[in-house]
Order: sequence, then C-alpha cells, then structure tokens
Amino acid sequence: MDQPTGYNRDPAAEQPPYLYPDYRSTVLRAPKRPLVPLPHTLSEITGPVYGHEKVGPLDHDLTRQHDGEPLGERIIVHGQVMDTHGRPLPDALMEIWQANSAGRYRHDADNHPAPLDPNFSGGGRCTSDADGRYRFVTIKPAAYPWGNDPNAWRPAHIHFSLFGTAFVTRLITQMYFPGDPLLDCDPIFNSTADAAARQRLVCRLDLEKTEPEWALAYEFDIVLRGRDATPMEG
Amino acid sequence: MSDQRGTTPSQTIGPFHRIMVPWEGGAELVATDDADAIRIQGRIVDGAGQPVDDCVIEVWQANVHGRYAHAEDTREMPLVAGFEGFGRAVTDGDGRFDIVTVKPGCVPGPEETVQAPHISLSVFARGLLKQLVTRIYFADETAANDQDPVLRSITEAGRRETLLALPRAAGGAPPVYDFEIRLQGPRETVFFDV
Ligand SMILES: [Fe+3]
Repeated sequence: MDQPTGYNRDPAAEQPPYLYPDYRSTVLRAPKRPLVPLPHTLSEITGPVYGHEKVGPLDHDLTRQHDGEPLGERIIVHGQVMDTHGRPLPDALMEIWQANSAGRYRHDADNHPAPLDPNFSGGGRCTSDADGRYRFVTIKPAAYPWGNDPNAWRPAHIHFSLFGTAFVTRLITQMYFPGDPLLDCDPIFNSTADAAARQRLVCRLDLEKTEPEWALAYEFDIVLRGRDATPMEG
Repeated sequence: MSDQRGTTPSQTIGPFHRIMVPWEGGAELVATDDADAIRIQGRIVDGAGQPVDDCVIEVWQANVHGRYAHAEDTREMPLVAGFEGFGRAVTDGDGRFDIVTVKPGCVPGPEETVQAPHISLSVFARGLLKQLVTRIYFADETAANDQDPVLRSITEAGRRETLLALPRAAGGAPPVYDFEIRLQGPRETVFFDV
C-alpha cells in the first residue's frame, strides 16, 4: 500500500506546551520525558467518523432544552470549520459546554456560589454543514473563579470539542469574547506563546448575522490541521 | 497554497466535560458477551502518584481483521457491522477506567512494516493543555511486538514496556488486560508527538 500523506505539524509557539507552571495543574500532569515522534500511519490518518446520528434537531440550541428560557444574554455563535489550507470541513461533529450567565456550571464539582439556572444545562452538539459551517444558539457565559491562585478568574468562554477527519486532527479548545479584560491575566489563554495564534481563540462580534430585537451574533472559525502537501517519506 | 492559515490552539478540556456532554455507552465498543470481547482496565496516576480522577479517555482502533472503519482505509478487508472503533471513557475516583472492545488485527506501518495490534489512546484532563497521545499494545503479542516499527523505535531500557497491557491471569469472560498510564515518574508512560 502507498504511504499515507501525513498531517502538518504546528509550529511549537502556536500550540500550548504541556508544562506551563502559571497554570498550576500542569506541574504534576505534564510528562517530563520528551515525546516520541510518531510517523503518521493508517492509525493516525484515520479517525472516528461521527455524523448526524449523534445529534438531535435541537441540540444546537442551548436556550430550548427546558420548558422556560434561560436567564442571560442570548447569543448566536457561528462560524466555519476548515483545515490549514482553508478547505471547509463538512460533517464535523462539534460539542460545546459552558457555564451559565452567572458563571456556574451544572456539575456537582462546581461549587462556585453563583446561582444555577433551572432552564440552562449548558451542553450542546451539532455537525458542520456541507460548507463546514455551524451555528449554535446559547447564552453568554460569565467569568468564574477557579482556584489557580486565591484571586484567579477565568474569562468568559465556551468549550469546543471537534472531531476532524483523522485521529490527529482531534481538537479541544475554548472560545473567548473580544475585549475581555480577564484575557491578559488568564494562564490558560496565555499558554500559547504566539500572540497571533492566541487571537484565533477570540471570536468576532458579527453585526451582520445578529438578529435584530433577538440576539447578538459572534463569529468563531475553527482551523484543524491539514494534510501535508507531499506524501511522507517512508 | 495561498490560503494557508494556522491551526486553532488547543485548550484544556477542564473538569466539566464529562457531565455536560455525556456520551452514552461510549466505553463499550462491543457488547460484553461478544465472542471477541476483551476488557481493558486502566488507571492513570500523576507525578505525585495520585489517581487522576477527572480524565476523559478516547480510544481509536482497527477491527479484529485490522481494518479501520474509515474511508482512507481502502484495503480489501472485511468491516464488522456495528464496529466503529471509537470509544470514550471517564476515570473514577481511583483514576480507573474500563473499556470493553476487541483486540485489533495488525495494520500496515511505514515501509512494508507491519504494526502489532494496538489501540490509539488520547488522554484529556484538567491540567493538560492538549491531549496526551499514547498506544495500548498487548504483552501477549510477543512476536508481533518484536516486529512493530513504533515499539522498535523506542530503544531506552524500560520504556517500551510502559505501552504494554498485561493479560490478567485466571481469566473470566471477557479476558481482562491491565494498563497503567503514568504521567510522570520513573515509569513514565511513553507519549507520542503526533
Ligand atoms: Fe470552563
């Protein structure tokens, strides 16, 4: 069989390291030994293919999972999933999860004394369409304290999980909001050294897709690793 | 290409994913009473030897014939109906996770080599800014392991063994393999740069 074409490797400064002591939990969890380089074999260039059967018709709308409407600022989050060559990625399974408009997760392990919202669970799924586009409707999450130091607050964010086309394109990331003053002091956001790469985590206010009298829209494009231009040397 | 752009940076999964977007039945790739079923009982510990109790584990593997259920695996080998090859598990308070699957067949490696049966595994957790990638090989596949190009590339004493799942003696059904993942320490697991 021909050697498979591998996926590109990101410049080191454009992804976070494992050890980033400002984020304290990395200290006992980051491996200390150098990673072993793995050639991209069939095991790496294949990956789980999930499509529409995992997603219900309302899973993309986090404001309609209960009888009543959740509290907070309703927002539309949309964008395009593509690879590093700018090619749209259709049928990508996406998961999001987030705190509510008071900064509280619906999770037993979250003991931040902010109110739960009986009308907001905070989890959603969708798949990208034929042009790689996706759209969620949700509530703008609030900042919350997280104990990294006695006065550590996470900037408002939405967690994103994406399956691309291969085992090596799997990505879990977070989306932030433009102009958030907490970004400057958040070690998770700042763990990526390259400033331009960090900006890829910040969405853009999109007045064009905003629905008047109903919800502001934010645009957040997500770029997954692309194929190398040439087949790998055996 | 002109339209080149950078990959979106990875960010930690944090502690809350497992409840917020549950994946029903994710840790059973086959039914427990499947004739080929095996059970992999894993455990994850951190640099202080403490269990990592908030992990999400994902596995990806070929079927018993060594065929991936994916369009890029174009070899003429049988698919197995209902076997997708993907699983997701979470660790409990002792850092343990449990996956029911089948032992995959061999798959091709670089330059005419054959890779021994293996399962690709990603670890996501609070404190991991991106997933850690490792592989589960099987200690009872000695001949295949000796020919495996990835295992052979790991020459430092004691490191290869960190990738081997150990068959538990006195088997019930399905047979059990133990697999320990150490994030740091003298027997730190081999993690791959993919
Ligand atoms: Fe969060």
